[in-house]
Amino acid sequence: METAVFIVCAVIVLAGALGVVLSRNPVHAALSLVGTLFGMAVLFLNLEAHFLAAVQIIVYAGAIVVLFLFVIMLLGVDRLEDLSVEPITGQRALAALVGLGTFGLAVAFLVTGDIGVVGVGAQTADITDQYSNLRQIADVLFTDYVYAFEATAALLTISVVGAVVMSRRMGRDDEAQEASGDD
Amino acid sequence: MMAGLSLPGPTVFGLDPLYTGGVGLAEVLITLLKVGVAFALLMVAVMLMIWFERKVISDMQNRIGPNLAGPFGILQTLADGIKLFFKEDLIPEQSDRLVFKLAPYLSLVPAFLVFAVVPVGGNFSGGDGQVSLFGHQTFLQVSDPPVGILLVLAMSSVAVYGVMLAGWSSGSKYPLLASVRASAQMVSYEAALGLSLAAVLLKSGSLSTNQIVAEQSVWNWNLWVTWVVPMVIFLIAATAELNRPPFDLVEAEQELVGGFHTEYSSIRFALFYLAEFMNMITMSAIVVTLFLGGPNGPDFTSVGWLSGVLWFFGKLMLFLFFFVWLRATLPRFRYDQLMDLGWKLLIPLSLGWLLVLASYDVAGDRGWNRAAAVIVALAIMAALASLLALALRAARQRRELDPQGEFV
Repeated sequence: METAVFIVCAVIVLAGALGVVLSRNPVHAALSLVGTLFGMAVLFLNLEAHFLAAVQIIVYAGAIVVLFLFVIMLLGVDRLEDLSVEPITGQRALAALVGLGTFGLAVAFLVTGDIGVVGVGAQTADITDQYSNLRQIADVLFTDYVYAFEATAALLTISVVGAVVMSRRMGRDDEAQEASGDD
Repeated sequence: MMAGLSLPGPTVFGLDPLYTGGVGLAEVLITLLKVGVAFALLMVAVMLMIWFERKVISDMQNRIGPNLAGPFGILQTLADGIKLFFKEDLIPEQSDRLVFKLAPYLSLVPAFLVFAVVPVGGNFSGGDGQVSLFGHQTFLQVSDPPVGILLVLAMSSVAVYGVMLAGWSSGSKYPLLASVRASAQMVSYEAALGLSLAAVLLKSGSLSTNQIVAEQSVWNWNLWVTWVVPMVIFLIAATAELNRPPFDLVEAEQELVGGFHTEYSSIRFALFYLAEFMNMITMSAIVVTLFLGGPNGPDFTSVGWLSGVLWFFGKLMLFLFFFVWLRATLPRFRYDQLMDLGWKLLIPLSLGWLLVLASYDVAGDRGWNRAAAVIVALAIMAALASLLALALRAARQRRELDPQGEFV
């Protein structure tokens, strides 16, 4: 049962990932990304990580990709990409190299048994809580990792403030340019 | 109180006792039956809801409304549905065909899925809502995942896709504008929805809908346990999330022709219409579950499970009427008013209220004076609110001085 779910989800995840890379239309690419995220969520469910699955959908599919789509729609980049020109020279060769390197690392991690995916490095604590793993995550998050948690919160706040400040300054510059252009 | 303690423990399917003894043919058949009943129930409910809305609004506007198809016009929706089936199915030339066909289903499926976690019955006054179905103990809900209420939030965020992609894929200006508006509105109000929900979770201590309902047994409803404010916020945010009047800017006819589904016709349009009304029903069911105790209430029948179901549907009707009443009464908000209400009032208020409720609980745990803790929390909230009001006033004054935004 678990293996069957895993295989189906793996196919969906990989198909989605290929779709992201191969779609020429940015909106289709974003939708493929949603497919991948859903497949991942079901994989989390398969591991009985219910909370992680729900958060995966709410945060990634529900907020982040929606924002991607927003940008695509508002900026009007939803046209087909011209793939014949290479914006940065040597970009594709470099991308292929990095991709192959990452793939090689993943394979190496998979086959080295003692430190890899089945080794000691990959072993995690059991899910012992009778009701949900939500309580376990909360316990760890608000005790052992509370400083990291607070630092992340501060970082996010700073980035929001930064985004607001930058967008305001950009607006003024644009208008100043427009005004001088009119004159 | 924690009624779930007697359970033998969760399975991968959640807390439903049906699956604790392993999954055989009987369990699969019962689950299929529950899914089928929920599906049929929702479809019939939507049919009746559309009729109900038209009739009630007609009464409020002093006219008759549908009265020809069937007794009291009750079959009007069925007639409309059949008519829509046989209409021509148009796909605009400029559209993105694949996404155009996909979008209605992305609206409809989340609407169905949310109903799966709603407990529609069961006796919660003595037990934990278990009923006996063909000799198997189970809950009267399709599924009770441990993250139940997060599924509601997840599905309401997935529903944004239907609206957004429908508008974009139509390849037309007005639907695109409407869908950008709609998705901005839905994303904004999701925050208020989630934060007001946090108050309920704080008091219930569980995400499972079954346990949230069990905690509220029999008169311990979250409406007064969380002191009313979260429910008001939740209702307003839910109305906005549903794109119902007075927040129906999505289909502001005067401005946007017909909203994001302008280019849709025939059965695809019917699917959007179905999704809209189904969302209304499921969202009302969620409000009942979270704040009004779901099927909780004094048992007034001799049949064990019946009174719970009757209580649930009675409370559901209350909210369905409420939504229709809102539509008949309130004029539409302006877009900036909508955004102001969401970001500057509802979100800060629900955060502040969470602080008040938490201070009450912490004071109880530590043995402090609860009233003093709440007063201190309210004072902090008031101070923050006046700071916010000050900042907003300063921003408004500056905007008025400098309408072009030249000296920002």
